[in-house]
Amino acid sequence: MKQGKIIRVAGPLVVASGCMGAKMYDMVKIGELGLIGEIIELREDKAFIQVYEDTTGIGPEEPVALTGKPLSVELGPGMLRSIYDGIQRPLDVIKNLEGDFVTRGVEVPSLDRNKEWEFSPVVKQGQQVAAGDILGEVQETPLILHKILVPGGIEGKVKEIKKGKFTVDQTVTVIETSGGPLSLKMFQSWSIRKNRAVRERLMPTEPLTTGQRVLDTLFPLAKGGTACVPGPFGSGKTVVQHQLAKWADAQIIVFVACGERGNEVADLLKEFPQLKDPQTGRPLLERTILIANTSNMPVAAREASIYTGMTIAEYYRDMGYSVALMADSSSRWAEALREISGRMEEMPGEEGYPAYLASRIAEFYERAGKVVCLGSDNRQGALSVIGAVSPPGGDLSDPVVQSTLKVVKVFWALDDRLANMRHFPAINWLLSYSLYVENVKDFWASHVAEEFSDLRQEAQHLLEEEAELQEIARLVGVESLSDRERLILESARSIREDFLHQNAFHPQDTYTSFRKQYLMLRIILHFYHSALEALEEGVELEKILALEVREQISKIKYLPEKDEDILSVYMSVDDNFKKLIQNKE
Amino acid sequence: MYKEYLTVSNIVGPLLIVEKIEDVKYGELVEIETSEGLERRGTVLDVSTDRAVVQVFEGTVGLDVDRSRVRFLGRSQQLGVSEDIIGRIFDGSGRPKDSGPQIIAEKSLDINGSPINPQARDYPSEFIQTGISSIDGMNPLVRGQKLPLFSGSGLPHARIAAQIARQAAVLGKAEKFAVVFGAMGITFEEANFFIEDFRNTGALERAVLFLNLANEPPIERIATPRLALSCAEYLAFDLDMHVLVILVDMTFYAEALREISAARKEIPGRRGYPGYLYTDLASMYERAGRIKGKTGSITMIPILTMPEDDKTHPIADLTGYITEGQIMISRELHRKGIYPPIDVLPSLSRLKDQGIGEGKTREDHADVLNQLFACYARGKEARELSLILGEAALSDTDKIYLKFADRYEDEFVKQGEFETRSIIDTLDMGWTLLRTIPRAELKRIRPEFIKKYFPGEK
Repeated sequence: MKQGKIIRVAGPLVVASGCMGAKMYDMVKIGELGLIGEIIELREDKAFIQVYEDTTGIGPEEPVALTGKPLSVELGPGMLRSIYDGIQRPLDVIKNLEGDFVTRGVEVPSLDRNKEWEFSPVVKQGQQVAAGDILGEVQETPLILHKILVPGGIEGKVKEIKKGKFTVDQTVTVIETSGGPLSLKMFQSWSIRKNRAVRERLMPTEPLTTGQRVLDTLFPLAKGGTACVPGPFGSGKTVVQHQLAKWADAQIIVFVACGERGNEVADLLKEFPQLKDPQTGRPLLERTILIANTSNMPVAAREASIYTGMTIAEYYRDMGYSVALMADSSSRWAEALREISGRMEEMPGEEGYPAYLASRIAEFYERAGKVVCLGSDNRQGALSVIGAVSPPGGDLSDPVVQSTLKVVKVFWALDDRLANMRHFPAINWLLSYSLYVENVKDFWASHVAEEFSDLRQEAQHLLEEEAELQEIARLVGVESLSDRERLILESARSIREDFLHQNAFHPQDTYTSFRKQYLMLRIILHFYHSALEALEEGVELEKILALEVREQISKIKYLPEKDEDILSVYMSVDDNFKKLIQNKE
Repeated sequence: MYKEYLTVSNIVGPLLIVEKIEDVKYGELVEIETSEGLERRGTVLDVSTDRAVVQVFEGTVGLDVDRSRVRFLGRSQQLGVSEDIIGRIFDGSGRPKDSGPQIIAEKSLDINGSPINPQARDYPSEFIQTGISSIDGMNPLVRGQKLPLFSGSGLPHARIAAQIARQAAVLGKAEKFAVVFGAMGITFEEANFFIEDFRNTGALERAVLFLNLANEPPIERIATPRLALSCAEYLAFDLDMHVLVILVDMTFYAEALREISAARKEIPGRRGYPGYLYTDLASMYERAGRIKGKTGSITMIPILTMPEDDKTHPIADLTGYITEGQIMISRELHRKGIYPPIDVLPSLSRLKDQGIGEGKTREDHADVLNQLFACYARGKEARELSLILGEAALSDTDKIYLKFADRYEDEFVKQGEFETRSIIDTLDMGWTLLRTIPRAELKRIRPEFIKKYFPGEK
């Protein structure tokens, strides 16, 4: 292997000379410890390397080994249920080897080389295959069937295909290509900075169900879409991300904990094995991959972690799965970028961030999408991306927020004020938006209810009216409002408190099906319509607001998902108003 | 014997540039002998083939270019620890400050530590009763959590921290407990307040103190919290103790960091603080926690004073993003004469959900907490409204909430500096206050709990 020599060490940045012939983004190993790094700039024979591990104790004159290969991930069975660091080293294996603290220079394969997998072939000998075709299948977890694909750029006839138990680096098939026979294993390597190819990109049309009422009903994300969740600290970004990881109806979840808290990762690791998939009753961990590069782990590996996660997510998408990637938080990734850029003495852009920040963010989110995968069966896959952003002081003019908003289609604005009132999820209904509403309308009409879009719109309209009326009430007092206006205020309050507010820690309230969301909204608006009629009949507003059914409405969220229980509240609304009008007469 | 260099070429602020060096490593500890024969210490911040940038802990006053002798020690800064460390007082560089002997090290620890493998972390879930209602009831602390006090100058954060250190206990358990105290840049009086308080309550015997006072070298402050945390790790994970780490004042720490960054002419981030402030703070805060299979734990209470009480100031802001919540100390409540002046609305404990409820505190805790928050928030809104429009303009419900907010502050938040309230008392007090609110308004509490706990309800 070719070797260079260190000439400078400054924190996570190492400069080495004698690196002629090295390529940008090649992986290198530094010093006697063999710390992993990546070349991020070349000046003549000098390579600027960002190091993924702590560089204390490294000095000039030490060797730098040039591997000549880009930083890659290993893609194959065994990734689900794993927890990796930012450059796909399995943290559980490291723990068994090195103990409770992460030490340096550990070299462990990403995929277990000893575990045997049952491989069942899908293609037959003599069959013509090309990139993306499914060669065989492995039951990776009881939830997920892992499809072994023909890697990119390979085309030919199946010369030999095996069946039975194999480890990931044993040959399972031989393909006769134009360049001669080629043995394939169950795993492939892929550079983390390179998109995985697809046949065609499609418009997202199906909503990603999350069970979170404010998201599903008001600001839906489509499968294959992109969303961002910016908010100041304590506004509940991480809870939103965790709720999505738990309840989103994606088949595979890739969760990238990028520069965040260690205890949050511990929380996920503790909770996921206990949570059950609503459809199959299997632990949710069986569909989940965690990438954990907590804030105290090396900063350069943080920069790599979101690409590691993205590449793994793309790989499962290529099998035809619907995948959701959560990155918490992209601001920490941007800060890592800024730190490295600063050490390289690059000219800074806004807030000290490098000038290429916006293009990097755009490239990242653009890797999401609903696609027709490579392969002859035209299967479809989707990759949805949800990025949390942590702007300083919650200031949305932050460059990371602004660059993100330029590319994502859904904006869930977390609001400090709501969080202080313990209105969770603290998603501001006036500021947030989703550009997928039109895309998913047909889906709602055919899968939820014909009138759902209308109900949704009316609810949103009430919330907007509320904001205006509150403004007036603040200036001139509530007394000056008409009964009708006060009814609007009360109904909007009911939408906020009885519908939008959702307790992630309540066993029943934590997830609401689309059906129940629809019924809840229908009942709340039914009350509003009935109350309007009653007002016309001359009933006093005070009497309407004192109706006992209002308490029932506020408790629907805690009811089990049974139509008759929920619809009985609807009946009560009718009863209540009937009595009210009778009593008046 | 170490090679001595007489090749200092530049001295810039706290930095020393040494030329013609050989075999120097990044992060290495450095000894500098001044022309008067005094010794100083430093660490390598940037090293090239023939040049090293050294940050001098005690500052560069009195150093000269031609006669300063520099030795590179071939190791990073370390702390020697043994069981005898408990009950001792050290300076900001880890040298004994009391009259006791040098510690005979049983083990030497790199003060930078290593990150805990997330896989090895145990999720904190043991409720710590501090005896302070506004913390226990509203933003409970759990073992292994890092929960800072966000304060401002002139506010009683020291008294609150001392009260927590005095009263903190896990329900129904008696265990090995220690306090590690790291002081960065605070005044003698403030440090003395803690020492005296620890002495009076007997806590000093199970405390370790690292003190860098206001008149001591600012650059030394970079090492102080790391020394304290290395010591805490030793006590927690080698000696199985439950350690409470108090760090004051993180603001001075960050300012020292900024000083070095400026001297190195780094591109500044917000308000002149370096772009890596987040990572740097995280490398300390994240050392709190629990490890699976170990008895001990590290719970951390960093204290920071926010310039102009501004919580969007980079230090407070970045801290809030790393720590698991924050306790906000409010000037408004302090002015009203309420002790402890904890503003519960912007305060938050992220780990509370695992630490409370049946078997830990009481089944109704989460619901009561949410309801109290909601009612107090509404009450404060009503108060604002009444300030603008006068109380007469409030609706009847708003008046109820306004009254609630007043009583909440006077009865629930306010308590004595030496008063320990049990969590059951705190929750019952919450219910007493909630009784003043119409029952239909109590939307955050499950009906079964209302039935069970609502006093006076049939």
